Amino acid sequence: MKLLCVCGLGQGTSLILRMNVEQVLSELGIAADVEHTDVSSASSMDADFIVTNRELADSLAGVNAKIIIVNNYFDRVEIKNALVENLK
Amino acid sequence: MKFLEPNLVALNVKANTPEEAIRRAGQLLADQNHVDHSYIEAMVESYKNNGPYFVLAPQVALPHARPEDGVKEASVSLVQLAEPIEFGNKPNDPVKLVLALGASNNNEHLEILRKLMVLLGNKEAIEKMINAKTYEEIEIFIRGVEA
Repeated sequence: MKLLCVCGLGQGTSLILRMNVEQVLSELGIAADVEHTDVSSASSMDADFIVTNRELADSLAGVNAKIIIVNNYFDRVEIKNALVENLK
Repeated sequence: MKFLEPNLVALNVKANTPEEAIRRAGQLLADQNHVDHSYIEAMVESYKNNGPYFVLAPQVALPHARPEDGVKEASVSLVQLAEPIEFGNKPNDPVKLVLALGASNNNEHLEILRKLMVLLGNKEAIEKMINAKTYEEIEIFIRGVEA
Protein backbone atom coordinates (compact mmCIF):
# COMPACT_ATOMS: atom_id res chain seq x y z
CA MET A 1 0.00 0.00 0.00
CA LYS A 2 1.36 3.41 -0.91
CA LEU A 3 0.27 6.78 0.47
CA LEU A 4 1.31 10.09 -1.00
CA CYS A 5 1.19 13.21 1.16
CA VAL A 6 0.72 16.25 -1.05
CA CYS A 7 1.16 20.00 -0.64
CA GLY A 8 1.69 22.92 -2.97
CA LEU A 9 5.49 22.89 -3.10
CA GLY A 10 6.45 19.52 -1.66
CA GLN A 11 8.83 21.20 0.78
CA GLY A 12 7.38 21.78 4.19
CA THR A 13 3.74 21.05 4.58
CA SER A 14 3.65 17.66 2.90
CA LEU A 15 6.60 16.56 5.00
CA ILE A 16 4.84 17.58 8.22
CA LEU A 17 1.80 15.65 7.04
CA ARG A 18 3.96 12.65 6.15
CA MET A 19 5.61 12.56 9.57
CA ASN A 20 2.22 12.66 11.27
CA VAL A 21 0.72 10.06 8.90
CA GLU A 22 3.65 7.73 9.50
CA GLN A 23 3.26 8.08 13.23
CA VAL A 24 -0.48 7.38 13.07
CA LEU A 25 0.03 4.36 10.79
CA SER A 26 2.56 2.91 13.18
CA GLU A 27 0.14 3.45 16.09
CA LEU A 28 -2.48 1.61 14.05
CA GLY A 29 -0.02 -1.15 13.25
CA ILE A 30 -0.42 -0.60 9.51
CA ALA A 31 2.62 -1.08 7.28
CA ALA A 32 2.64 1.27 4.31
CA ASP A 33 4.97 3.11 2.01
CA VAL A 34 4.56 6.86 2.64
CA GLU A 35 6.04 9.55 0.42
CA HIS A 36 5.56 13.31 0.07
CA THR A 37 5.52 15.50 -2.99
CA ASP A 38 4.09 18.64 -4.57
CA VAL A 39 0.71 18.84 -6.19
CA SER A 40 1.94 19.02 -9.78
CA SER A 41 4.12 15.89 -9.46
CA ALA A 42 1.43 13.99 -7.57
CA SER A 43 -0.83 13.42 -10.54
CA SER A 44 1.88 11.49 -12.38
CA MET A 45 2.89 9.31 -9.42
CA ASP A 46 1.47 5.90 -8.58
CA ALA A 47 -0.22 5.66 -5.22
CA ASP A 48 -3.17 3.93 -3.62
CA PHE A 49 -4.07 6.93 -1.50
CA ILE A 50 -3.31 10.63 -1.58
CA VAL A 51 -3.51 12.54 1.69
CA THR A 52 -3.99 16.28 1.29
CA ASN A 53 -6.29 19.13 2.25
CA ARG A 54 -9.47 20.34 0.64
CA GLU A 55 -7.72 23.26 -1.07
CA LEU A 56 -5.51 20.97 -3.13
CA ALA A 57 -7.91 18.08 -3.59
CA ASP A 58 -9.65 19.93 -6.42
CA SER A 59 -6.38 20.14 -8.37
CA LEU A 60 -6.04 16.38 -8.09
CA ALA A 61 -9.34 15.48 -9.71
CA GLY A 62 -8.75 12.68 -12.18
CA VAL A 63 -6.04 10.78 -10.30
CA ASN A 64 -6.60 7.09 -9.71
CA ALA A 65 -5.64 7.18 -6.06
CA LYS A 66 -8.33 7.59 -3.46
CA ILE A 67 -8.07 11.03 -1.88
CA ILE A 68 -8.10 11.39 1.89
CA ILE A 69 -8.81 14.90 3.16
CA VAL A 70 -7.15 16.25 6.30
CA ASN A 71 -7.94 19.79 7.47
CA ASN A 72 -5.63 20.10 10.46
CA TYR A 73 -2.19 18.72 9.59
CA PHE A 74 -1.14 18.79 13.24
CA ASP A 75 -4.16 17.00 14.67
CA ARG A 76 -3.21 13.34 14.83
CA VAL A 77 -6.68 12.43 16.07
CA GLU A 78 -8.23 13.86 12.90
CA ILE A 79 -5.55 12.16 10.78
CA LYS A 80 -6.15 8.85 12.53
CA ASN A 81 -9.92 9.08 12.01
CA ALA A 82 -9.48 10.00 8.35
CA LEU A 83 -7.09 7.11 7.75
CA VAL A 84 -9.20 4.56 9.62
CA GLU A 85 -12.28 5.68 7.72
CA ASN A 86 -10.61 5.40 4.32
CA LEU A 87 -8.22 2.48 4.70
CA LYS A 88 -10.76 0.01 6.06
CA MET B 1 18.69 27.24 12.99
CA LYS B 2 16.54 30.04 14.36
CA PHE B 3 13.21 29.02 15.84
CA LEU B 4 10.86 31.74 17.11
CA GLU B 5 13.54 33.72 18.91
CA PRO B 6 12.38 37.01 20.45
CA ASN B 7 13.42 39.05 17.39
CA LEU B 8 11.43 36.68 15.14
CA VAL B 9 8.14 37.11 16.98
CA ALA B 10 5.80 40.09 16.54
CA LEU B 11 2.60 40.35 18.57
CA ASN B 12 -0.54 42.36 17.92
CA VAL B 13 0.34 43.10 14.28
CA LYS B 14 -2.14 44.99 12.15
CA ALA B 15 -2.56 43.60 8.64
CA ASN B 16 -5.53 43.75 6.32
CA THR B 17 -4.89 41.04 3.76
CA PRO B 18 -3.28 37.58 3.65
CA GLU B 19 -0.53 38.99 1.42
CA GLU B 20 0.26 41.73 3.92
CA ALA B 21 0.34 39.20 6.76
CA ILE B 22 2.68 36.90 4.81
CA ARG B 23 4.96 39.85 4.03
CA ARG B 24 5.10 40.89 7.68
CA ALA B 25 6.06 37.38 8.79
CA GLY B 26 8.62 37.10 5.98
CA GLN B 27 10.07 40.49 6.82
CA LEU B 28 10.89 39.28 10.35
CA LEU B 29 13.12 36.60 8.77
CA ALA B 30 14.61 39.06 6.27
CA ASP B 31 15.37 41.64 8.98
CA GLN B 32 17.62 39.10 10.70
CA ASN B 33 19.15 38.12 7.38
CA HIS B 34 17.84 34.54 7.59
CA VAL B 35 16.23 34.91 4.14
CA ASP B 36 16.67 37.20 1.15
CA HIS B 37 13.91 39.56 0.16
CA SER B 38 13.28 37.29 -2.84
CA TYR B 39 12.02 34.61 -0.44
CA ILE B 40 9.21 36.90 0.74
CA GLU B 41 8.16 37.43 -2.86
CA ALA B 42 8.28 33.67 -3.47
CA MET B 43 5.99 33.03 -0.49
CA VAL B 44 3.51 35.58 -1.81
CA GLU B 45 3.73 34.03 -5.30
CA SER B 46 3.09 30.57 -3.88
CA TYR B 47 0.01 31.88 -2.12
CA LYS B 48 -1.24 33.43 -5.35
CA ASN B 49 -0.51 30.32 -7.43
CA ASN B 50 -1.38 27.51 -5.04
CA GLY B 51 -3.98 29.15 -2.85
CA PRO B 52 -4.31 29.07 0.94
CA TYR B 53 -3.51 25.37 1.41
CA PHE B 54 -0.80 26.36 3.91
CA VAL B 55 -3.42 27.29 6.48
CA LEU B 56 -2.62 23.99 8.14
CA ALA B 57 -4.67 24.12 11.29
CA PRO B 58 -7.51 26.23 12.64
CA GLN B 59 -6.26 29.84 12.85
CA VAL B 60 -2.71 28.90 11.84
CA ALA B 61 -0.99 29.70 8.51
CA LEU B 62 2.49 28.45 7.63
CA PRO B 63 3.59 30.29 4.49
CA HIS B 64 6.85 29.12 2.94
CA ALA B 65 8.65 28.76 -0.38
CA ARG B 66 11.57 26.69 -1.68
CA PRO B 67 15.10 26.74 -0.23
CA GLU B 68 16.45 28.03 -3.55
CA ASP B 69 14.14 31.04 -3.34
CA GLY B 70 16.59 32.67 -0.94
CA VAL B 71 16.91 30.91 2.43
CA LYS B 72 20.17 31.51 4.29
CA GLU B 73 19.27 29.79 7.51
CA ALA B 74 16.54 27.35 8.53
CA SER B 75 14.18 29.60 10.47
CA VAL B 76 10.64 30.24 11.68
CA SER B 77 9.02 33.57 12.56
CA LEU B 78 5.63 34.34 14.08
CA VAL B 79 3.18 37.15 13.47
CA GLN B 80 0.22 37.29 15.85
CA LEU B 81 -2.48 39.28 14.09
CA ALA B 82 -4.36 41.97 15.97
CA GLU B 83 -7.47 41.15 13.92
CA PRO B 84 -8.16 37.75 12.33
CA ILE B 85 -7.91 37.54 8.54
CA GLU B 86 -9.81 35.29 6.12
CA PHE B 87 -7.30 33.45 3.91
CA GLY B 88 -9.98 31.61 1.96
CA ASN B 89 -9.36 28.25 3.62
CA LYS B 90 -12.85 27.45 4.89
CA PRO B 91 -12.18 24.73 7.47
CA ASN B 92 -9.37 26.69 9.15
CA ASP B 93 -10.29 30.37 8.67
CA PRO B 94 -9.95 32.96 10.11
CA VAL B 95 -6.20 33.12 10.65
CA LYS B 96 -4.70 34.63 13.82
CA LEU B 97 -1.16 33.21 13.66
CA VAL B 98 1.16 33.44 10.66
CA LEU B 99 4.38 31.44 10.98
CA ALA B 100 6.79 32.03 8.10
CA LEU B 101 8.98 29.01 7.49
CA GLY B 102 12.42 29.55 5.99
CA ALA B 103 12.78 26.13 4.38
CA SER B 104 16.37 24.89 4.11
CA ASN B 105 17.52 21.80 2.25
CA ASN B 106 19.56 20.24 5.03
CA ASN B 107 18.91 18.26 8.20
CA GLU B 108 17.94 21.42 10.04
CA HIS B 109 14.81 21.53 7.91
CA LEU B 110 13.60 18.23 9.38
CA GLU B 111 14.51 19.35 12.86
CA ILE B 112 12.58 22.61 12.45
CA LEU B 113 9.52 20.77 11.10
CA ARG B 114 9.68 18.43 14.08
CA LYS B 115 9.69 21.46 16.41
CA LEU B 116 6.69 22.89 14.57
CA MET B 117 4.84 19.60 14.90
CA VAL B 118 5.38 19.55 18.64
CA LEU B 119 4.42 23.21 19.06
CA LEU B 120 1.39 23.25 16.76
CA GLY B 121 0.23 19.83 17.93
CA ASN B 122 -0.28 21.41 21.36
CA LYS B 123 -3.66 23.15 21.53
CA GLU B 124 -2.73 24.98 24.73
CA ALA B 125 0.36 26.43 23.03
CA ILE B 126 -1.75 27.64 20.09
CA GLU B 127 -4.25 29.23 22.48
CA LYS B 128 -1.44 31.02 24.30
CA MET B 129 0.17 32.21 21.06
CA ILE B 130 -3.18 33.62 19.92
CA ASN B 131 -3.76 35.52 23.16
CA ALA B 132 -0.27 36.37 24.39
CA LYS B 133 0.52 40.01 25.12
CA THR B 134 4.23 39.41 25.73
CA TYR B 135 6.89 37.06 24.40
CA GLU B 136 7.42 35.71 27.91
CA GLU B 137 3.94 34.18 27.89
CA ILE B 138 4.80 31.90 24.99
CA GLU B 139 8.48 31.39 25.66
CA ILE B 140 7.88 28.28 27.77
CA PHE B 141 6.13 26.57 24.85
CA ILE B 142 8.80 27.61 22.38
CA ARG B 143 11.53 26.29 24.64
CA GLY B 144 9.46 23.19 25.35
CA VAL B 145 10.03 21.86 21.84
CA GLU B 146 13.78 21.59 22.40
CA ALA B 147 13.58 18.38 24.39
